[in-house]
Amino acid sequence: MSVKLRIFSAMQQIAEEQKVTLPQLRDDLALQDTGFDSLAFAILVARLEDDLGIDPFTIAEDAAFPSTVGEFIRAYENVPA
Amino acid sequence: MSQPDVLALREYLGPELKGRTISDARHVISLTDILGHSCLIGRYRELSGRSVMLATSGQLQSALAMIELDGIARRMLLCPPDLDPDHIEALLADAEIDAIVTDRPLHRCDDGAYLVVGAGLPERPGAGWKTERATEWLMLTSGTSGPPKIVGHTLDGLAGAIIADGAARYQNATWATFYDIRRYGGLQIFLRAVIGGGSMVLSEPREAIVDHVARLRAGGVTHISGTPSHWRKLLMSSAVADFSPRYVRLSGEIADQAVLDGLARAFPQASIGHAYASTEAGVGFAVNDGREGFPADLIGRNRDGVEMKVVDGSLRIRSHRTARSYVGTGAPQLTDAEGFVDTGDLVELRDERYYFVGRRTGIINIGGLKVHPEEVETVINRHECVRMSRARSRRSPITGAIVVADIVLADGTDAGRHETIRTEILSRCNDALAAYKVPAVIRFVERLDLTAAGKLTRADA
Repeated sequence: MSVKLRIFSAMQQIAEEQKVTLPQLRDDLALQDTGFDSLAFAILVARLEDDLGIDPFTIAEDAAFPSTVGEFIRAYENVPA
Repeated sequence: MSQPDVLALREYLGPELKGRTISDARHVISLTDILGHSCLIGRYRELSGRSVMLATSGQLQSALAMIELDGIARRMLLCPPDLDPDHIEALLADAEIDAIVTDRPLHRCDDGAYLVVGAGLPERPGAGWKTERATEWLMLTSGTSGPPKIVGHTLDGLAGAIIADGAARYQNATWATFYDIRRYGGLQIFLRAVIGGGSMVLSEPREAIVDHVARLRAGGVTHISGTPSHWRKLLMSSAVADFSPRYVRLSGEIADQAVLDGLARAFPQASIGHAYASTEAGVGFAVNDGREGFPADLIGRNRDGVEMKVVDGSLRIRSHRTARSYVGTGAPQLTDAEGFVDTGDLVELRDERYYFVGRRTGIINIGGLKVHPEEVETVINRHECVRMSRARSRRSPITGAIVVADIVLADGTDAGRHETIRTEILSRCNDALAAYKVPAVIRFVERLDLTAAGKLTRADA
């Protein structure tokens, strides 16, 4: 499964647990329009770290947090393994 | 200079009670004629009035030395087995130690500054000592961070709850504990055995639980005490099936309903009680109704002279069972101006009952919202496949921290069911807890470690 699909799958799982209705996930969807609050993103980042072995937001101290779904995915794709 | 008004342990060890013993895995020592013998080797007659550190490798030698030296020594400092050697020098100074009772070679303290006396089995004729004074009992706090604090007690205070219970009702009891008796929780059980006229089976470090239970059965143990974590470990083991104590006691951690119910199922004949005690605050109370928490009417002054109040959510205790002070230079105050010990244990009142929610120092901060790991564990532990759990903080770049949980499942749980169980636990947490308290990640682990004091290992303990 690609990084993108794993991220989408984790988001859908969390949306179910948190009873959030996710809109159609697209690269240009603003993160604030996903229905996820900061707790949901914290859960997502923790689970992705366990799944993918990386947490791009902790590694780079000055990394700006992404504002769209596409930027979020790229943060994971751009981390050297 | 005998002081008839001071009671020491020897006063409870007359020859009139036959068949009393104290045992570990290697030795069974008769308590019936213990006063006629000495376990000490060398210049032990000089220990009168000394400040003595008891640093023995096993619990049995310490137990025998406590019996012999209580009422003789000025002070006894009990050293638990996990004491960091780097802290010993400071402890010796703070407790003004001038004599050491040990069965081990001494490396740092053999320069003649201390009277060193050997500890063994009671194989030599006794010194015929008469109680001279109220010995100070010094114990170490069990926190894992930094040097331990020295807490000063008297036998009178340590035994307060035992006397209040009516010691004589335990005359035919054989006590055991998963604790080491050189810590407060274990010492309580040792004192119950000695003062109550019973016998005792000591625990052994690193002993397999099956072997331990075999010794408990062989020794005829009727009364036994441990932390909820100890009990969860025992309930996980098949050894539990062959064991039927009459009294089961929990202390040292929050006894949640799941572990109380588990014990009631495993030991249908036993009465099950959970006690609240700490090294500093002493024994506060015991609850025997099989329910978690404690009745709200225990707050205030109760008939045993224990007074409790709740301030800023934390339980405060004042009684003659609390320690007298921390010992040493620069030691902090143990009580407030009114004599109350702040236990740091937080409670919540619901329907005329107080429930423990966690330690003030253990709070996880999720973006400014507080979570007690124990409240999360309580919900997880209710799942029938769960044996033990630990909620803990994990750093998060988004909220600062999140809650994650490590869970030990019951033996024989099909690995194929893990995902189902994970979903069930998350769903129950979602029903019972605010969203930020629900574990973000659940990990199934083979085991969870306990501290030397029998408590679940927590990074911030």
